[in-house]
This record gives sequence, C-alpha cells and structure tokens, in this order.
Amino acid sequence: MSADPLLSVRDLSVAFRHGTRETLAVDRVSFEIGKGETVALVGESGSGKSVTALSILKLLPYPTAHHPSGSILFKDRDLLPLSERDMQRVRGDDITIIFQEPLSSLNPVHTIEKQIGEVLLLHRGLAGAAARARTIEVLNQVGIPDPQSRLKSYPHQLSGGQRQRVMIAMALANEPDLLVADEPTTALDVTVQAQIITLLNDLQKRLGMSLLFITHDLGIVRKIAQRVCVMKQGRIVEQGGVDGIFTAPAHPYTRALLAAEPKPDPAPHQPGAPMLLEATDLKVWFPIRRGVLRKTVGHVRAVDGVNIALRKGETLGVVGESGSGKTTLGLALLRLISSEGPIVFMGNKLQGLRFKQMRPFRRDMQIVFQDPYGSLSPRLSVADIIKEGLRVHHPELPERDRDARVVQALGDVGLDPNTRFRFPHEFSGGQRQRIAVARAIVLEPTFVVLDEPTSALDMLIQSQMVELFCDLQRRHNLTYLFISHDLRVVAALATKLLVMRAGKVVESGDAAELFRSPKSDYTRALFAAAFNLDTVSTETIAP
Amino acid sequence: MDERTGGREDIEAPLDVRLTAPELTPGIEPAGPLGLAVPPKGYEFSPINARRWRNFRANRRGYWSLWIFLVLFVISLFAEFIANDKPIFIHVDGKNYFPVFMTYPDTDFGDVFGTPADYLDPHLQKYLADRHAFTIWPPIPFSYNTIVSRPPSPFPSKPTWLLSKKDCEFAARNGYGKCGTLQYNWLGTDDVGRDVLARLIYGFRISVLFGLILTVISSIIGVAAGAVQGYFGGWTDLLFQRFIEIWTSVPELYLLLIISSVLVPGFFVLLGILLLFSWTRLVGLVRAEFLRGRNFEYIMAARALGVSNAVIMFRHLLPNAMVATLTFLPFIMSSSVMTLTALDFLGFGLPPGSASLGELLAQGKANVQAPWLGLTGFLSLAIMLSLLIFVGEAVRDAFDPRKTFA
Repeated sequence: MSADPLLSVRDLSVAFRHGTRETLAVDRVSFEIGKGETVALVGESGSGKSVTALSILKLLPYPTAHHPSGSILFKDRDLLPLSERDMQRVRGDDITIIFQEPLSSLNPVHTIEKQIGEVLLLHRGLAGAAARARTIEVLNQVGIPDPQSRLKSYPHQLSGGQRQRVMIAMALANEPDLLVADEPTTALDVTVQAQIITLLNDLQKRLGMSLLFITHDLGIVRKIAQRVCVMKQGRIVEQGGVDGIFTAPAHPYTRALLAAEPKPDPAPHQPGAPMLLEATDLKVWFPIRRGVLRKTVGHVRAVDGVNIALRKGETLGVVGESGSGKTTLGLALLRLISSEGPIVFMGNKLQGLRFKQMRPFRRDMQIVFQDPYGSLSPRLSVADIIKEGLRVHHPELPERDRDARVVQALGDVGLDPNTRFRFPHEFSGGQRQRIAVARAIVLEPTFVVLDEPTSALDMLIQSQMVELFCDLQRRHNLTYLFISHDLRVVAALATKLLVMRAGKVVESGDAAELFRSPKSDYTRALFAAAFNLDTVSTETIAP
Repeated sequence: MDERTGGREDIEAPLDVRLTAPELTPGIEPAGPLGLAVPPKGYEFSPINARRWRNFRANRRGYWSLWIFLVLFVISLFAEFIANDKPIFIHVDGKNYFPVFMTYPDTDFGDVFGTPADYLDPHLQKYLADRHAFTIWPPIPFSYNTIVSRPPSPFPSKPTWLLSKKDCEFAARNGYGKCGTLQYNWLGTDDVGRDVLARLIYGFRISVLFGLILTVISSIIGVAAGAVQGYFGGWTDLLFQRFIEIWTSVPELYLLLIISSVLVPGFFVLLGILLLFSWTRLVGLVRAEFLRGRNFEYIMAARALGVSNAVIMFRHLLPNAMVATLTFLPFIMSSSVMTLTALDFLGFGLPPGSASLGELLAQGKANVQAPWLGLTGFLSLAIMLSLLIFVGEAVRDAFDPRKTFA
C-alpha cells in the first residue's frame, strides 16, 4: 500500500430512515485503495458492500440514507460534504461505476455511441468527430469487435457480455482514477464472466487505475484483487492481502466463507431402479411470425431433440449458458409449456394430457425455481403457501393433518415450524428457498425439477442448500433434474450430466466421467471458465 | 411485528430493499403458552398494511376528509330521523305510535277519511295538542317532498333567518302569520316550496349511495373482465380489447339521453345504464397487472402444483391488482356522483320529485333571484367531491411504496 492512498474511507457509516425507524446498513467501515491497486469487497448479500460502494459516489437515495459518521477522502478531498453539483463533476470523470445488471444500466432507447458520447461531452466537452474517435478507441479497448459498425447499435442488439463491455467502455471513457465494479459479472454466464474478469484485469494494468471490486464470489477475488475486505452485517470483519486471507483467515466468518465450497456428494447410479422419466426427441419450438397474416416463417428452437432417461433416485444435472434451453427443458418435462415428443413418467404417457388430466401427476412431479423472492406469493403466509398443494391434491385432509404436514415439511428443510405464520418477506433469501423446497416436498413427490435453485444465493447458503438437497434425496428417495449454470454445484449433486447449447445436447453421460474428461471443446471451455476462471479456448469454439 | 424485519416490509420498493436489507434471521419467536406458535387471532394488520395505514394517516387532509365524509354519510343514512314530515314517536291516549316506521290511517287521530295521516295538518295537530300527546319530531319537520304550507313569500322563499322586516310584514299581510310563527326553513325553499335542507340531506344520501353502488358493481365487473383478459392473454385479450375500444367510443352521454327518454328513469334503471359504460374504466389497469403478474414465478409454481386457473387468479393475482384498483376507487366514485348529478341537472336523471343535487343545481340556474338554491347545490357538491378527492389522494399515498414520511 502506498503511503498516500488514492481513496481513503474512514469510519464510514450509512443509515436508512424508515418512518421513525433507522437501519444501520454500514457500520464504521475503514479501508484504503492505493493508486493502481485492486481492492475487493466480499460479503453475502445485505452485508453492506454495495451500499459502501454507492456512498463513495454518493448515489444513495438521500435523504432517506445518511451518514452518521465518517469521511471519504479521494485525493485528499472529502467527498461527503460536497454539493450535488461538485459531485457530478467527480462522477463519470474521476470515479466511475459499473453495475451488476448490464441490461438495465444501459438506456434502451439510445445508441451505444450516444451513451458513451454523453459522458465525453459532459466531462470533456468532446463532441462530433473527436467524440466518435474516442468512443471507437474505448470500444476497442474493451474488446468489442468491429466498433465502427457497433456505434449505431442499441443495447438490445448486443449480448449480455457485450453490454457489460459497453458499460465498462462508458466507465473508462474519461480515464477515471478509480473504477467501482459492483458485482459486474454476477449476471453473466461463466464463460463470459471469465472474459470480463480477464478484461478488467488487463485494462487495470494497462491504464494504471484503481479498482474497487465488489463480489460475493471468492474465486473471482483470488483472480483479480491484491487486497480483500470481508464484510459482514455492515462491518469489515477482516482485511488484508489476498494471499494472507486465503491461506490464513483470521476471522471465523472468513473461514466459513472459504470453506463454503459445496461438498461433492452425488447420488449414486441406480441401474436396477425403475425408469422414472423418459423423453425422446423432445422439442420446444416457438414459432416466429411475420407480416400481416402472421405467417410462421421459422422457429426459435429452444429445445431441439433432447433425449432423457432418468431412473428413480438419480440426479440429472443440466448445464449450459443462459439461453441454452435448460429451463425450457425443465418446464417442458413438467408440461408447463407445450412441447413435442413423448414424455413417459412412471410408465404413463404425459404428452397430450389436458390441464385437469395432468393434475394427478402434479403430486409426483414438483419444481423449485431460481428466484426465492419471486417464487413465493408475498401476500400469503408461509403455512398457506405450503398448504396450497395439499389443498389441491388432498382436499379431504382435515385442517389439523394439513398443518401437521406443513410442520413436518418445514422441519425437513431445516426451518423452525413456529415461523409458519409469517410472511415470505420476513425471511432471508436462503430461508425463502427452503420454503420453496418445503412447498415442493410436502406433497411427497418422486421427481423434483430444481431450476437454478442456488444461483440467487450467497456462497455460504449455496453449500447449505446443496447439503439439504442431498439429505432430502437420501431420506425421501427423490429423483432430481438439477438445472444450473454453476458447475461447482452441479458437480456436487449430479449422477448424470447433460450439457446443452442453443437447445441441443452437446454432450451427455456419467457426471463423474464427464467432469474428468470432457469430450467436446465447448464442454471443456465451460469447465475451464467455471473452475479456473480461464478463458483459454472460448474464442476458438464460437458457433 | 419483529423489529428485525428492518427495511424488508416494503417489498414493493426493490431499490430500498436491495440497499438496506440486512440479512435477517428470524430465530425462534416467543412461543405460545404450550411452546407452539399460535396462528394470529382475529384480523391483524400485516406489516405492509400497517405501513399503508400509517401513510394514509400521515396525509392529514385525506384522513380528516375520510372522517368528515363518513360522518356526513352516516348522518344522511338516518335522513328519515332528521328531516321528515312524520314524527318519530307519538304517545296519545295511552297508545304508542311510530309514524317514521309505519303508516297509520288518520282515523287513529280523530279524522274520518281513512287516508294515511298527514301530521302537518292543523286539524291533526290540534287533535294531538288537545289530548296532550307526547310527540317527538325530527329536527327538521319536512321530508324531501313536503311542501311548506305557510311560506313567507311566493316560492322559492328565502332561508328564514335571512328574512327582513319587510318580508315579515309581507307574510303577515298575506295571512301566512308573523315571522316568529313561521315554519323554519334553514336553507329556504325551492320553486315548488320544498325545504332545501331536507332535500339536500336526502339528495346527498342518494348521490353517495348511487356512487357507491355504481363504483362497487362496475369495479367488480371491470376487475373480472380485466383479470380474464390479462390472465389468458392471446385471442381472448385481443378480441376483448377491440370490443372495449369500440364500446368506449360510443358517445356515452347521448346514448344515455336517448335511453333515459325511452325507459322510465328510476334509481336502478339509471344504475344499469351507467353501468353499461363505467365498468370499462378499471379493465386496462387490472389487465396490465394480470399480464405482468401471470409471469411471476409463484404463479408458475402454483401451476406446477396443479392449482386451477380460477384459484390462481383469485388467490395469487387478484391481491396484486387490488392495490391499483383501491387507489382508483375514490376517483371512480366521485366521477360516478358527478355523472348522476349531470344527468339530473339535464333532467334525464332520477324521476321528477326525487331529491337530487343535480335538480337543485338546475333550480338554482332557473332561479337566479334565489341564490340560496344555486349556492347550496354548488357548495354541497364541491365539498362532497373535494372530500372524495382528498381521500383518494391519501389512498394513493398509502399505496405508494416509495412514499416515506418522517
């Protein structure tokens, strides 16, 4: 650390007013960032890392938010007392930020050129040809191919990774001294994530800027940062060099975080078990209609000729990047969207059954969704949410027994049954996901589709959830279809593996075997990105 | 509710939640006497609703407007006990009579015709006075259709407290009696000699009731239609939307005028006619909410459980749409009241003779020399509609997830 740091945050606190109540989100946090240094802020969601970052740029919803204590010294100038006008001069010029969601942080109605040009115009007064030249230059820097032709593109015409690159280009346009990256890769696919990390690393070295990197993923930290601050409940519990923290973590929370890798414990093969689910040449094609007569001119092949054979008690992992049709496959197997091709579930042909005819099977096939915030109705109590399926499938059950089964299910997923009269918003993300699991298993299904059930959760919670899934599978002899883009989690659970890309199966087979020696280039690139954050062969396997 | 819920209660303010929510861990809550959690007894505000109620009350103007409006409405519901040409209670010759509730023949009070008793008839009053009857009159001894028998001047006559000495002498000359003995008309009479205050009370009641019923029924129809459209989407939605577009382009007022000149206009006929058009107002709103909501994961989860469409719509989606609907209700109600008033004003509304604010306004327009008619009509309407709008604003504040009050 240099003697004269670029940014020095001292005793910073952030509090939010809610009516008469105050919530302290950040509690006396101090850290420094030297010139050309990368500092990572790590912590679970709600630990105050984003709030800390946003307060450096004073982007919090003032006056709801306020700072009871502290100072933020940037180049020896305190930013906190600055007026909004002065602050605007700092933002986008000296300090810039990139956000997690590249789709919502770009304005959909303006072209790339206009959005980058705006930053240049505001802070440097560049316009016209000069601005265009600089725009092309930064687009080049962030690795957008053929930037000239991309200038007139709108955000929706770019892929997620390209959008994030454009965001980075905007942030770099004025050569900032400090770049704040607020989970810039969380919303991206593993391969793209690896590319963006490499890009940031590269740019930071080349331009000599400082980087404040916020993430919950320790793997990324190891890859990019020199120093780490571990945050928990608004405080920095430990900070220091990356090597020190990873080899000898002092704080118990850091140790827990580091140990949070999901333990591999896949369900064994069940060669003798009855075939539970079989699908042959399953297709989900969405028609593309054009013209006045809405003639079908083609199809989006979301799922294209997938074969599945799953025995009772096994887990089939489905991996692939976003848009590869994983979720569509899951929904099609449960007949929640229409598809073609026979689906045989416990010897019954499901294809062609009407909604009412499907109902008896619904008891045996359940689904847990990705987003624990979206998948629970906010207006029903936990007990009502879990009871819903019982009402449909066991209408004869007296209320007492129903309640008993809710208590049982909550116990199964490791929640205190006494909390069942509360509402979902009173629970954390991990707890909500447990409620969603309870809703699925209360019907005692044989087959559960787990659609990215851990993606929205923190690392620590993720590994707990994986343990829960293993435990439930063993106790209730469940069969899983586990959909995820997170290969580490899949590796921990899957008996068999299905790698999907653009609706097609790239590779399938025994999971352990596949992880050891992937056959196709795509699978190999996917694994490299996921396990080592490497980008090696990704460019060569472009479709 | 648990303090630890922190900033999570406003689930509709994702920004705030994301920034502030500390990862909470609802541990074991204080258990019931047997160590088991007990379901909340009776109706308890959920934290969201408690917050909404706080926000509603924080809008002082709307809060007090609601109270004033409710008090006025409840009072007007008992209009028969406040303004009536029948006594509430008569005790005469050892018998009890309740003329407010029952119609007695005048043979009960010494007359011979057998027609319903007219309690303002001097003969009957003399009969009662001779027998030292105990009588309780409503504070205003006129109903909405009672014609004042001894006005101080030709109709419309002034409010009694405005009468000058000259008016009194005029009344006395014409044999109506001295000023002190006149019947008291707080707001004067209209041009057929009916007490304006009595008509105002009955008119207020019918306006509010009409508005309330119209609002409730048209909301139910509108929400149902919007729900079906939004939930099923596709062709249902497309056809329904085009139908509504055509339907709403029908010139409403002209059609109303035509229909109400063919059908005998009465309370329920008018209600039906207005309903034909007013139900479309909420459809778009509810449709949008359902379109948005049907893609929520918890709807998908419910479908995966095999829950039927009707239950999904009612249990899962309707509560989402209710926020938008409730926010709109006071405004729909005030416009319903306005529509009725406008029709009455034009003479196409409630049947002649019934108490209505629109008719009062029309009278005020026809009798500019009697400003108490127009002023009363104007002020009562203005106050009623303002109260409703203020309540509506407070409701809007209450449901606004981003609104915070210190």
